[in-house]
Amino acid sequence: MIEVKHLTKRYGHFLALEDVSFQIGEGEIVGLLGPNGAGKSTVMNILTGCLSASEGEVRVAGVDVREHPTEAKKSVGYLPEQPPLYPDMTVGEYLRFVYDLKQVDLPREPHLKEICELVKLGDVEHRLIGHLSKGYRQRVGIAAALIGDPKLVIFDEPTVGLDPKQIIEVRHLLRTLAKRHTVLLSTHILAEAKAVCQRVLILNHGQLIADEATDALARKVEENTHFQYSIIGPEKDVVKLLRGVSGVKDVISTGERDGEAWVYALSGVAGQDCRKAVYYALAKQGYPIIAAGAVGADLESIFIRLVDNATSKQ
Amino acid sequence: MKAIFKRELYAYFTTPIGYAYLVFYFVLSGCVFAYTTLFAMSADVSAYFSLMQLVLTVLLPLLTMKLLSEERRQKTEQVWLTAPVPVTHVVLGKFLAAYVLFGTSLVLSSLSFLILTRYAEVKIAVLFGNLLAMLLLGGVFLAVGLFVSALTENQLAAAVGTVGILLGFLALSFVSQLVNVYWLRFILDGLSVYTRFRNFTQGVFDVMAMVYYLSLSGLFLFLTVRVYDRRRYL
Repeated sequence: MIEVKHLTKRYGHFLALEDVSFQIGEGEIVGLLGPNGAGKSTVMNILTGCLSASEGEVRVAGVDVREHPTEAKKSVGYLPEQPPLYPDMTVGEYLRFVYDLKQVDLPREPHLKEICELVKLGDVEHRLIGHLSKGYRQRVGIAAALIGDPKLVIFDEPTVGLDPKQIIEVRHLLRTLAKRHTVLLSTHILAEAKAVCQRVLILNHGQLIADEATDALARKVEENTHFQYSIIGPEKDVVKLLRGVSGVKDVISTGERDGEAWVYALSGVAGQDCRKAVYYALAKQGYPIIAAGAVGADLESIFIRLVDNATSKQ
Repeated sequence: MKAIFKRELYAYFTTPIGYAYLVFYFVLSGCVFAYTTLFAMSADVSAYFSLMQLVLTVLLPLLTMKLLSEERRQKTEQVWLTAPVPVTHVVLGKFLAAYVLFGTSLVLSSLSFLILTRYAEVKIAVLFGNLLAMLLLGGVFLAVGLFVSALTENQLAAAVGTVGILLGFLALSFVSQLVNVYWLRFILDGLSVYTRFRNFTQGVFDVMAMVYYLSLSGLFLFLTVRVYDRRRYL
């Protein structure tokens, strides 16, 4: 669906994208990740034909974006970070405007009705866009992107500024969309990519530093071996006991208290999950675990590691 | 193009701009009409249109100032930049929306002369010549306004810039009469849009001037599209 080969974009002397190549197949839902200023929006603007690449080739649905921009745009629905809505129009007027603008062949009213139901726009059709909440505006933006049933939909930071309930709804919607469309979404929130995407592309300083299945990234999380436990029992005995458990590399007491319990930092041997063994060993001795968690085991830390590695290589 | 045209024409009446323009236009054109005909005890069509040039110089930038600048500021232009329509169609749609509002108001205000025919002899041919020329000249003003609007994010800057350029054109027509250097005069004459109007006010139907107005409008619309092309390749 998307083919990007050796894409480079310069703004004057500033290199916004450097030799970026990737492919996205039909029906995939892919996250484009990176810190602010990494080049995510530039990639999206090039894919949607708003910007022209300095070098390289970009094809959307088999059409070269530079040579046949109008043709390529027919296959793309785009929701920019700030939905391009006219506050003086009502929702219905705006959606009909976008429908006319895109010169869609599908029958108008049933098509718009179907989209409104899909994005749960409810009965706001006659309300002015300027009077809508941020969450509803985002839905109107998504609805507009879906008009014409484009094969590819691109969302730039679709959940920014929404409340937690709305975020969950939008993520759910994105997953629903993936059944019918190829979806590319940019985000700097890793949990979002994890919740929604099958695959992630990570950009940093205009370079593609990772192109991995989300599962593979998650596995890296699971391989993480640092844990924190709060355990009730004599401090020294617990440390001694834990050091003897198979799969445990080291244990230290942090010296912090968690109610009655002491807090311990535990590191395990890579590739070996020691958590079960730790539980049984403590249970046997009658030392209850009152809290436990992985430390630095989230996607954020992997992301930072990747970005740091890439930066230090440079 | 049709979608943009409809949207912009509609937007004139969902925001105060359309109303402000119409109120100012009809008040000013009424004053000009009264001043040049009723008070002057004359049925001279040309005096009215000569003064209306100045009125439109100041009023037409109102219609174009926000057409592109506001879209850039609010980032709403993304909706048509990413839609499968060429920018040329968008620019033409916006131009036509402004043009229809301007043209309608001009034609309506010119109807005053029809009332005058009951009391005095109005030269209908001259009226139509002037009206046609004014419709073409207005097209140039709107095209210049649209071009300036594409250059900035600020509506006010767009309006002031457009008035500035149009007054610059007016100044050129005075300056060119003072210049004796042939080539310089040639260039200045080429830019003096107001000078070409004079033939119409004298009852001459100047085809060359019409072609000139159409080309100049076309040139500025083309430049407007180029602003977007340039931004794409930036």
